[in-house]
Amino acid sequence: MYVAVKGGETAIRNAHKLLAKRRRGDTSVPALTLEQIAEQLSHSVARVMGEGSLYDETLAALAIKQARGDLIEAAFLMRAYRTTLPRFGYSEPVDTAAMLVERRISATYKDLPGGQVLGPTFDYSHRLLDFALAAEDGDAVPAAETAPVEDVGMPRVTDLLGDEGLIEPSSTDSGDAPVGDLTREPLSFPADRDLRLQNLARGDEGFLLALAYSTQRGYGRTHPFAGEIRYGEVEVEFFAEELGFAVTLGTIKVTECQMVNQFAGSAKAPPAFTRGYGLVFGQVERKAMSMAMVDRSLRWQELGEEPVAPAQDIEFVLSHSDNIQATGFVEHLKLPHYVDFQAELDLVRRMRDEWFEKRRQENGSGNTQEAAE
Amino acid sequence: MPAAAETMPQNATQNSALAPGFQDPVHDAQDCFRAIMNAMARPGTLHGVRTSELTPPAPLTPAGAAAALTLFDYDTPVWLDRTLMASDEVKGFLRFHTGAPIVSEPVEAAFALVADPLQLISLASFNQGSAEYPDTSTTVILLKQDFGDGDKVTLEGPGIEKSAQFAPKPVPPTFWDQVIANNRQFPRGVDLIFAGSAEIAALPRSTHVTLPES
Amino acid sequence: MTGTAQLQTYDFAGGEYNFAYLDEQTKRMIRRAILKGIAIPGYQVPFASREMPMPYGWGTGGVQVTASILGKDDCLKMIDQGSDDTTNAVSLRGFFEKTAGVRTTYETSEATIVQTRHRIPEKPLREDQIIVFQVPIPEPLRFLEPRETETRKMHALEDYGLMHVKLYEDIAKNGHIATTYAYPVKVNGRYVMDPSPTPKFDNPKIDRMAALQLYGAGREKRIYAIPPYTDVKSLDFEDYPFEVQKFDMPCGLCGAENVYLDEVILDDKGGRMFVCSDSDYCEERRAEGHTGPMAADPAAVHIGGGKQEETDR
Repeated sequence: MYVAVKGGETAIRNAHKLLAKRRRGDTSVPALTLEQIAEQLSHSVARVMGEGSLYDETLAALAIKQARGDLIEAAFLMRAYRTTLPRFGYSEPVDTAAMLVERRISATYKDLPGGQVLGPTFDYSHRLLDFALAAEDGDAVPAAETAPVEDVGMPRVTDLLGDEGLIEPSSTDSGDAPVGDLTREPLSFPADRDLRLQNLARGDEGFLLALAYSTQRGYGRTHPFAGEIRYGEVEVEFFAEELGFAVTLGTIKVTECQMVNQFAGSAKAPPAFTRGYGLVFGQVERKAMSMAMVDRSLRWQELGEEPVAPAQDIEFVLSHSDNIQATGFVEHLKLPHYVDFQAELDLVRRMRDEWFEKRRQENGSGNTQEAAE
Repeated sequence: MPAAAETMPQNATQNSALAPGFQDPVHDAQDCFRAIMNAMARPGTLHGVRTSELTPPAPLTPAGAAAALTLFDYDTPVWLDRTLMASDEVKGFLRFHTGAPIVSEPVEAAFALVADPLQLISLASFNQGSAEYPDTSTTVILLKQDFGDGDKVTLEGPGIEKSAQFAPKPVPPTFWDQVIANNRQFPRGVDLIFAGSAEIAALPRSTHVTLPES
Repeated sequence: MTGTAQLQTYDFAGGEYNFAYLDEQTKRMIRRAILKGIAIPGYQVPFASREMPMPYGWGTGGVQVTASILGKDDCLKMIDQGSDDTTNAVSLRGFFEKTAGVRTTYETSEATIVQTRHRIPEKPLREDQIIVFQVPIPEPLRFLEPRETETRKMHALEDYGLMHVKLYEDIAKNGHIATTYAYPVKVNGRYVMDPSPTPKFDNPKIDRMAALQLYGAGREKRIYAIPPYTDVKSLDFEDYPFEVQKFDMPCGLCGAENVYLDEVILDDKGGRMFVCSDSDYCEERRAEGHTGPMAADPAAVHIGGGKQEETDR
């Protein structure tokens, strides 16, 4: 009906009321608290913080609640809030070697300094629905036995490889080089690795997962090994000009993934392993690993590889990774487009008239061709 | 690349003798921007700016200060001509209120402020933008302009219904030839803003200029 | 349940936003892009588009442009599909009423700024007005060449051969150019530009328009502009000149001819009615006493609508 798009004020107001009602659901069921979401849906919270580009568990929990659990919508709420925040500057690079590790595994070594720390993971759980959880009353959580961690430090696997010269250096830049920021300057191509990593870190988990998967199936193979995945707390430091030194602002939880990839060498560089890097907020290993694989894949040019696959196409990957942008443009098709559709209607009618006219002429004196019109 | 950490200028407390900025930063900047936008959209026409409350250190003028407060911030490197560069008060005013980095190479500047237009260096020495990104060129702001008394040139092009007369002064001797050459390299080229006592005019690179003799 | 240590505490009272929502630094950045756009008519200026509180695709580019130029004395008209009371127009108008407190209007002649999606008002705009377009895909060459790196080169070299080939293929295949909206134009003899998805019916209006035209594409992070009285030519060929849509009948409500019409389906038996897409224009004509051939139809009351709500401040 025509009025469907001309409802105006009242329709919108009512839609908001309906949405609020649906969001809350049956009011005889207690409302979710932000603490419940932050504590018990921590993967969702981490994903929303990462893709929403804002580290704040409370706000992420609120966004998830408000978005009825739609994580992309929740990330969007975070982004829209983020843009209104004043910007005081950029933190120092976080030092993941100094991470307070909760989980740390390497697929490339059986054992290594600091050891393998399995930590909280789904990896070896049997995916059987746990019906006991359905009746959970809240406090029956088994305590884990944890061996005291030897205080030998936990050097990154890539640093160990680097000591032997077996892997490329992490970056040719000095740490002081300015780092791009695509929230301040629009992305232009070709984009350097700093901007690519920023884009991937904000990118959609599902999109990166599919791209990473495609490289494993032959679309731009990079021979990855999970050199190391570590999850834990790192300190965020900010260099205060007034003080002349860096102060700690707080800690954040991150997952870091360093993929180690085979590299046969080129005329300029001896054979060595190369790196793919992933870093995300919270424990989101799937995304960190996918990010590292896609990062490596996008480095084809500097490593002298042939671009043959979608996951190597910088412009394609970076232009379509942001799910806030993607969902906006896909979903905007719900908005009225009847003015343009009218123009197309007119054209299609005219082209059909021409088509039937042409056929009539070809068939001589036709008399039934118009039936379809 | 974004500039390094920059604390909000409003938060700083030193320099109590500093001349104040806009009284109403939100609406004064909006008002001044609309004047500049309309000037750019209608080359050669004059647009009033509210400057009565601004008392910037000389040789910066109130209208020039209004333009600076409206357009400059820590993302815009600014080049100053010799007379402005010689004044620590001017540099302090601009740094404090806008946070803009002051650069010595005209080619690095997003904006150039010129308080002694007669001594203006060649327009070609500023950033001209590239063929792919012509928007990266410098916008040159000439201060102390009187409108109507200078050499009358004729303007044509976007923003002008038929043609318009424009006669700002002071401008350097070969200025109009430079402006003509600037227009010939469109879409590259600099854009010009002319700041008078309480009025602003502009000449974007798209404007075609004819001298009275030719 | 008690809150955990790392959860921040907030007082969740409603936050205060700056005038017209955007912070001043963002406005300055957008204002600088607008000046460049005006200085280089038809060139797409990259800008660091912000996430807005409405989704990409809903007009975030137009909203950012409007928020950056808007002053407290402005009077804003917001249209979508030519109409002030379509849902998204209502929503965006409400956004500016709330965040800027500016006066809004349905009347084209009263507005100082018109933000639009997909249409240009029928009544010619004046020199003292500004029209802001919401743009989904600013790059006219995007559907011929998806790569930004390539299209940027084409614009730099003024190499628009691909576009002409495409239009010519249309003619070879269909006997005419099969582009009905977002019809490409050449601005001031230099840049090929996408006039946003307005029907090509509106293309002649942007040629030498008295008002300043600003175009904002939020998701694609581009701003471009056409200054007043700038030559804007719809691309065509000598033997296949550009022509606009023509409607066989006048508006059913107000009888206007030579305006863009919406087709309204009245029933499932082929009943239909054509009415002005520009609802303010139609209303003004009816107020002046013009009537169309279907003005007496019962459907007309429904479609013509009641009076609208506007702020009066």
